[in-house]
Amino acid sequence: MKRLRTTALLAPGTLWLGLFFVLPMLLMLGASVLHRGVYGGVAPGFTLEHYRRLLDPLYLAVLGRTLLWALLATATCLLLGYPVAWTIACSRRYRTLLLMLIVLPFWTSFLVRTFAMIFLLRDTGLINTLLLRLGVIHEPLTLLYTPFAVLLGLVYGFLPFMVLPVYASLEKLDPALLEASATLGARPAAQFFTVTLPLSLPGVIAGSLLVFVSALGSFVTSDLLGGAKQVMIGNLVQGQFTTARNWPFGSAISFVLMLLVLVAVLASLRLRSPEPGR
Amino acid sequence: MKRRPARWILFLVGMVYLLLHLPVLILVVFSFNASRYSVRWTGFTLDWYRRLTERGDLLLGLERSLLVGAVSTILATGFGTLLAVALARRRFRGRRALEGLLYLPIVTPEIVAGISLLVLFVAVGLPLGIATISIAHIAFNIGFVAVIVRARLEGMDQSLEEAALVLGADELTAFRTVTIPLLWPGILAGALLAFILSFDDYVITSLVAGTGSSTLPIVVYSMVRRNIEPSVNAISTLILLVTSLLIWLADRLLREQPLAVARS
Repeated sequence: MKRLRTTALLAPGTLWLGLFFVLPMLLMLGASVLHRGVYGGVAPGFTLEHYRRLLDPLYLAVLGRTLLWALLATATCLLLGYPVAWTIACSRRYRTLLLMLIVLPFWTSFLVRTFAMIFLLRDTGLINTLLLRLGVIHEPLTLLYTPFAVLLGLVYGFLPFMVLPVYASLEKLDPALLEASATLGARPAAQFFTVTLPLSLPGVIAGSLLVFVSALGSFVTSDLLGGAKQVMIGNLVQGQFTTARNWPFGSAISFVLMLLVLVAVLASLRLRSPEPGR
Repeated sequence: MKRRPARWILFLVGMVYLLLHLPVLILVVFSFNASRYSVRWTGFTLDWYRRLTERGDLLLGLERSLLVGAVSTILATGFGTLLAVALARRRFRGRRALEGLLYLPIVTPEIVAGISLLVLFVAVGLPLGIATISIAHIAFNIGFVAVIVRARLEGMDQSLEEAALVLGADELTAFRTVTIPLLWPGILAGALLAFILSFDDYVITSLVAGTGSSTLPIVVYSMVRRNIEPSVNAISTLILLVTSLLIWLADRLLREQPLAVARS
């Protein structure tokens, strides 16, 4: 009898990911402790100077800014996305449509969507043109290349990452629990904070993780909406591999970014597992 | 849940939907605007679309994107489906590790994945181009396909496969004639999404493309950075149209296990 061996099922995918995901990460880690090559690349010799260099206030500022924006974006996405997820879960007739309208931007070209933001925000963009013609302002407002533009772009870009997991956990919520709490005299607000919110926590955690991690590693948003002044970690990394040609330093920053992501993932796993029935 | 949200919540939700969709709608509308420099509506035109056909770099980029998309989708879908079958139907050691290996590329920042691949390609002396782009796209798509196909497999009735085995089919035959046909919609949906991710990718691609093999997103990115002409609106509209169609199709295919739940 011909048997499909488990190894045969596993081999191609695992090998590919081993060769083209795990191995590159290890090489990157290796590159981060080597000397800098003259024309890009690396030169032999162990050093920790690239990690020391990251402690320079200049780079610490970028690190801090990135963390702050990622946190702000996550908080804003939660505040805006939770009501959306809840409304979708409550609705019967329009549920499919409402959901599809979240799924669509989830998958459509991030680049195109970011360009749509530029089209609105730039000096000759729609917002400025409208305000000028209405006589509200006399000179175009600087909207693009500001922290505001980047934050707006992050929220706009990653909001669906929050809505979908929160919706998934709200959908599973047993209506009987809400009825029970209502019967026992809970007002809507109390009901929300003691029943709905705690039970949707897994979705909130998953969504927050996705938004936070995506914002942390974002490159396109800050490059296109932030310009040269609003640099985030991702732009710093890219710069070391293109204009600055300092691969080891770029690898070191990149490794720190990966560590931050891993910490966030582990934290979310810990938050999610211990107390399922509180 | 069947409570009705309060008015102010509905209002807020409405605003959020506007935020999500209005910018793109405006972009689409102005791809038909005759004026070149202003966002004042001066009349309907298809001129910007016609101009796209005159741009050799866009067409060449499109050709490369389609090639990379096809190659990487086929391989990633194959590899991902096999992994999904193993995860859903087999017991083996190192299962948790494999789940981690599939999950990690999804949360890894693209910039990190991109530069680590660049370091690898340069280290082994592989020339940057279509091949390296395809390798990278396969790597980041395997996990997505595996997750989607696995969800489908786990929602599937196993009794048909068992019946085939009881009736004397060997395992390979049962897999080929029962499991795969039943799984087909899931596999196809996974493939469509893999294609979209490949077709849209900018960050990883730009790092491993080298010079002279710019895909469509790379060409569009440089257009966006210079950002004057409404042709950018036109090409954006076309990209949106194509990907939206594919997403809609994938969602149909996954009706019992909608896209929304599959990815989260």
